[in-house]
Amino acid sequence: MRPETEAELAEIIKGADGPLSIRGGNSRSMAPAGAVLETGGLSGVELYEPGALTLVVKAGTPVAEVEALLASEGQRLPFEPMDHRALLGTTGEPTIGGLAAANISGPRRVQAGACRDYMLGVRFVDGNGVVLKNGGRVMKNVTGYDLVKLMAGSYGTLGVLSEVSFKVLPQPEAAATVLIDGLDDATAVQAMSAALGSPYDVTGAAHAPVGVDGTPVTMVRIEGFAGSVAYRTEQLQAQLGKFGDVRVETNAVNLAAGWKWIRDVEGLAAQEGDVWRISVKPSDGPRVAAALNARGVMYDWGGGLVWALTDPGQDIRSLLAGIDGHATLVRASAETKAQIAMLQPEPAPIAALTAGIRQKYDPRGILNTGLMG
Amino acid sequence: MEMPKPNPELLAIKPTLVKKLQGVLPLDAVIHEEAETRAYECDALTAYRCPPLAAVLPRNTEEVAAVLKICHDMGVPVVPRGAGTSLAGGSLPTADSVILGVARMNEVLETDYDNRFIRVQTGRTNLSVSGAVEEEDFFYAPDPSSQLACAISGNIAMNSGGAHCLKYGVTTNNLLGVTMVQMDGTVVEIGGAHLDAGGLDLLGVICGSEGQLGVVTEATLRILRKPEGARPVLMGFDSNEVAGECVSDIMKAGVLPVAIEFMDRPCIRATEAFAGAGYPDCEALLIVEVEGSDAEITEQLDKILAIARSHNPVELRESTSADESARIWLGRKSAFGAMGQINDYMCLDGTIPVNQLPYVLRRIGEMSAEYGLGVGNVFHAGDGNMHPLILFNANKPGDLEKCEAFGADILNLCVEVGGCLTGEHGVGIEKRDLMVNQFTPEDMEAQMAVKDVFDPKWLLNPAKVFPLATSETRRIAAE
Ligand SMILES: Cc1cc2nc3c(=O)[nH]c(=O)nc-3n(C[C@H](O)[C@H](O)[C@H](O)COP(=O)(O)OP(=O)(O)OC[C@H]3O[C@@H](n4cnc5c(N)ncnc54)[C@H](O)[C@@H]3O)c2cc1C
Repeated sequence: MRPETEAELAEIIKGADGPLSIRGGNSRSMAPAGAVLETGGLSGVELYEPGALTLVVKAGTPVAEVEALLASEGQRLPFEPMDHRALLGTTGEPTIGGLAAANISGPRRVQAGACRDYMLGVRFVDGNGVVLKNGGRVMKNVTGYDLVKLMAGSYGTLGVLSEVSFKVLPQPEAAATVLIDGLDDATAVQAMSAALGSPYDVTGAAHAPVGVDGTPVTMVRIEGFAGSVAYRTEQLQAQLGKFGDVRVETNAVNLAAGWKWIRDVEGLAAQEGDVWRISVKPSDGPRVAAALNARGVMYDWGGGLVWALTDPGQDIRSLLAGIDGHATLVRASAETKAQIAMLQPEPAPIAALTAGIRQKYDPRGILNTGLMG
Repeated sequence: MEMPKPNPELLAIKPTLVKKLQGVLPLDAVIHEEAETRAYECDALTAYRCPPLAAVLPRNTEEVAAVLKICHDMGVPVVPRGAGTSLAGGSLPTADSVILGVARMNEVLETDYDNRFIRVQTGRTNLSVSGAVEEEDFFYAPDPSSQLACAISGNIAMNSGGAHCLKYGVTTNNLLGVTMVQMDGTVVEIGGAHLDAGGLDLLGVICGSEGQLGVVTEATLRILRKPEGARPVLMGFDSNEVAGECVSDIMKAGVLPVAIEFMDRPCIRATEAFAGAGYPDCEALLIVEVEGSDAEITEQLDKILAIARSHNPVELRESTSADESARIWLGRKSAFGAMGQINDYMCLDGTIPVNQLPYVLRRIGEMSAEYGLGVGNVFHAGDGNMHPLILFNANKPGDLEKCEAFGADILNLCVEVGGCLTGEHGVGIEKRDLMVNQFTPEDMEAQMAVKDVFDPKWLLNPAKVFPLATSETRRIAAE
């Protein structure tokens, strides 16, 4: 099924007599059981006002199309969405709806915020086939409950997005990465904390124990106007010197490739094993890695996001007991996914709330059944 | 603004209720004498007042849970209260409700500079959160003008913003986690020091839910390192259109000012008379502030000044000292007070797409003439969050009603041009009945469904946010 309009989408959901498997570009290849409902027919930019930093776009629009349009005006999606295709070995074209439904963000999340922080409004069809809207296209809006946040990261289980409005931002004039070589994980997290706790507005802080050349590398990113970037880079270089030898990269092509390498977890993508995405407070990052005894790890968000490559079929969550946060199983075989929940199971009172909300929005339980537990 | 009639059965059980509350709280934390409950009869929307049945002042999460359990079992509505600075009537009680005030809960529970967060009890005032991390040169970014008085609990409930939210975002973008007590006494922990939700983003919907989903007792907040410095520039224009275009060009240029504030002629004149900040007498005035080191500030201001010059300003005033910076901000900061000197005023809070600014300002001017009530505009221009201040005379019969009708027209205009009823003050009772102009019945159903899950008996702050007729069946089922 591939509706061309929101009204058609509503008809399909209303008339459904069994589970629906909602599909944007299928670049996450989540494929819950059910009749496939594709969103690709709901495509196109509804409104783009560069001077107001506002973009309204239909949910099935390819992310690449949106990024190209924004780039033509020197703007971008500030949350630096990850592209999962290399990691998952998929080929589909990521869509805006998928991005929003999974609240996908990248390295800049640590400073700029997540996808959910840039979503101004949504239109969607709930499990009863009712067309709903929340939020809008303006940057400040507290009118009624914020269902936009509820929809961000709901993986299609509360409704099928038909349209999303975003706040966008200008691309910076210049950027630089301060690199430190050879740090162990704990020292790297300390260095990144120092950088993120400085007044220099760091927009990325990542660490790979095994960098592109096989040795540890720690990366701290600065963006802005040229003079300002030069100044802050110099300040950081001095401040981080106590942790190790500091280099600076300013070549635009290398910068883009380096942060894409972090964003898309390219350092782990080619190796065998399950891949987990673990969100904790930054100083717990190395504890997570130690507890897992993983085949490989990468740290983003100053240590607060740990990507771990683990033995296939292993449920790591029990190993992380006592560390606050959550672990998402991002890559695994179909058999493993059938056994281990993708998302961290919630404590009973929270699970009761989320089940209650799901029951209200999708009483028949037909939208991406089982995807969120 | 209508409020539901108090339930006589609840008024009758007051003595039993008070006894039970005294059983779980210190004696002085249960306020029930009529002379004393009056202190809780209103918030900053002072036109509406009603003393509650009782007010309680618990000291921690356990006491909050005990109070809520009692009220839940007896079917008594509860209105959570922070500092009572809501401009929307968010913490206005009904005669049959209990005010649950968090004013005694103001401890800092944990400060963690390495991980850049602070955990506080939510009765702590906004400014004193920044105060607690100041010595390490950190701050909590959302800065409502009421920050000296308002509590974090109210900020979370209203998803409050501030002058600096253009760069740093509003409360929801700086809130990492909460401890919350549901109406039946269940304590839940949502979020924490880590980023983003592992499942549904409940934190996102709790923030801005105006005290209707639970009582938030503790909060984990993101703290940031202070910038090295900040400097404003003032520019005057002879038309609102041109000022609006200038704002748009600044935003497009990639400069991300921390604030872009806008004042129109009536407001400029009033503040000039009041504060004498030396503002030019012009149609529209902008204050733009940027942050960074001295050189960085200069780099950004050069770009901003070039843009401003291309729009033929009637005045461009740079600051070369802290004193001059303070003078630039002086008028803006005293704008509300200045308007208050002239008259009683009502402060609106709609948001519009920034390119609609000139049109909306012109329409407001026309309506002002039609209603015969003066209006001044001062607002956050970078994000289109308007604060029209309508002047009226509270002692003149019919003036308040006229002012409310004018206000409603302005807010509906905001919706009409693609904006919304409230950008940061919340719906409360003030904009409750206008919700039908922004949302379909189904849209409101979807929101109320969330409350059904968190508070099935609709006992928490029940008469707010949704039009009374819309929430009626749910509220009556609760009785
Ligand atoms: C002069 C002035 C200037 C202002 N400037 C701004 C501004 O710049 N930006 C802005 O956004 N607002 C502003 N406001 C509005 C107001 O200050 C904010 O809405 C503030 O967040 C309210 O906080 P409070 O502690 O006073 O909350 P209250 O008024 O006590 O309550 C507000 C809401 O929060 C709920 N609530 C309180 N505590 C809890 C709790 N523990 N759990 C759940 N719900 C709770 C209440 O039920 C109510 O619905 C201003 C107000 C004034 C008077």
